[in-house]
Amino acid sequence: MVSRRLILFVVAGLLLLLLFVADLVVGNTDIPVADVWGALTGGACPDVTARIIIDIRLMKAVVAVAAGAALSVSGLQMQTLFRNPLAGPYVLGISSGASLGVALFILGAPLLGLTGSLASMGVAGAAWAGSAAVLLVIAAVGHRIKDIMVILILGMMFSSGVGAVVQILQYLSKEDALKSFVVWTMGSLGEVTGSQLVVLLPAVAVGLLAAVACVKPLNLLLLGEEYAVTMGLRVRRTRALLLLSTTLLAGTVTAFCGPIGFIGLAMPHVTRMLLADADHRFLLPAVMITGAAVMLVCDIISKMLLLPINAITALLGIPIVVWVVLRNQ
Amino acid sequence: MTMIELQNFSAGYGSRRLMSGVSTCFGSGTVTALIGRNGSGKSTLLRALAGLNRDYGGVIKVCGTELSRMPASECARAVAYVSTERIRIANMKCSDVVALGRAPYTGWTGSISDRDRDIVRQAMEKTGMAAYAGRTMDKMSDGECQRVMIARALAQDTPVILLDEPTSFLDMPNRYELVSLLRSLAHREDKCILFSTHELDIAMQMCDHIALVADNTLYNENVSDMVSAGHIQRLFQTDSLAFDADKMRFTTL
Repeated sequence: MVSRRLILFVVAGLLLLLLFVADLVVGNTDIPVADVWGALTGGACPDVTARIIIDIRLMKAVVAVAAGAALSVSGLQMQTLFRNPLAGPYVLGISSGASLGVALFILGAPLLGLTGSLASMGVAGAAWAGSAAVLLVIAAVGHRIKDIMVILILGMMFSSGVGAVVQILQYLSKEDALKSFVVWTMGSLGEVTGSQLVVLLPAVAVGLLAAVACVKPLNLLLLGEEYAVTMGLRVRRTRALLLLSTTLLAGTVTAFCGPIGFIGLAMPHVTRMLLADADHRFLLPAVMITGAAVMLVCDIISKMLLLPINAITALLGIPIVVWVVLRNQ
Repeated sequence: MTMIELQNFSAGYGSRRLMSGVSTCFGSGTVTALIGRNGSGKSTLLRALAGLNRDYGGVIKVCGTELSRMPASECARAVAYVSTERIRIANMKCSDVVALGRAPYTGWTGSISDRDRDIVRQAMEKTGMAAYAGRTMDKMSDGECQRVMIARALAQDTPVILLDEPTSFLDMPNRYELVSLLRSLAHREDKCILFSTHELDIAMQMCDHIALVADNTLYNENVSDMVSAGHIQRLFQTDSLAFDADKMRFTTL
């Protein structure tokens, strides 16, 4: 069993590396692999090529890896915490919170005549503030709630409520503002600047560390919160840590890349099936690798077809989810 | 030896008082059947003892320590609990499920030592599940899953084991087998086992004590005293059902 696991991890790791390189090679301008290598290692290659590789493609690939790992891990956490196979990173309304933030920023600010001070916040800042606000509400309410399912339902209701507000804002907005909002909802891995990456990567890293710290509680939660408590789990602390981790992971990625669907929902299922193991000590690192790998695949496809990333993740993710549901019948 | 002690214990469900002023003990080496009509408060009592329901009055002492003062980790080393919930985890081997019972003793990753592995193996042997170690629960019967959850409770290595209606969902032979398993665990391993059930026949034939939740209190006696006290006739006899105290069984009229 250990050897099978090891082989899977090695193969997945190599595949991830291969996809990472492929993501650097594929793009608008044709650049030979040799030049890509040159740009990465500081060898001989044209100056423009080096800038395309390092500033655009490498940056985007790094964002793709971070986003894929982050979304998949938060999806896994939510599926285990809520014991619901249809839970994902956005189940608590983090993406709705983010989209409310962005809607207020892009659509609401012009309506209210506020352009100066709010503009400095940036789309990412607004999205982050929105998802953090959602978490605060959920955490405040969730502290008093015994049944975890109630939190799930509250999260879903909250999302719908926020969605309605966003719709009102859209309805009232001018065409230009509306378009930039819609473009944000389609997701993009390429909008992240160097200074944003300095925020994104540490935030994701802290979220992943918090997830790793929760492997034992997550395993106990497989039996449900009640059993977990009788086996010594400190349930409120664990819930708080998992919610914090998911906000850092899904909230940050959504802030910088827009709401990217289906990766967080589908990858935990795929990984569980590949690994044939529900033990989070192996599942968690495996999900990071597969999530990052599939995100790279989606990025490569989106670059080749010149389509928004969210359309690709949905078209790739939906069949996976359907397949999982049918296979479990 | 007294393992669980209730002092002036009271509990309810919402605004309903189910029992109040209960003072009694449960000892090691005995298996006690907790009986009572539907909604009388059997689960409420078990959940309070398991540390899942802190909404009670009075004092619960487990192994001499007040339950409400025990941290979760200490509580998990004193009391194991098997709920009514059917648990089936896909993609997880039975031995790994049982190994989760070692959680109170393992470090932050939950990795188990060789000693833990021995305890897990013994727990599976005692429950007759040794052959199932490598199988997953999604392809097993209710009775087998129930045994895995009991093996998990055994692996937790606690002096007290509580089970909420472990015999429901099982067929007749499995019910008797399960209770005789609990009986041998109590007698051989000196555990204090308390389980709720609706099977009065099993309770009277196979358990050492009967604890009856009724009349806003808890009657806790050994089986023959409980039968001669007459509570069973009074509470369970109906127009069409009579209790024969000599034979300790119910007959239809």
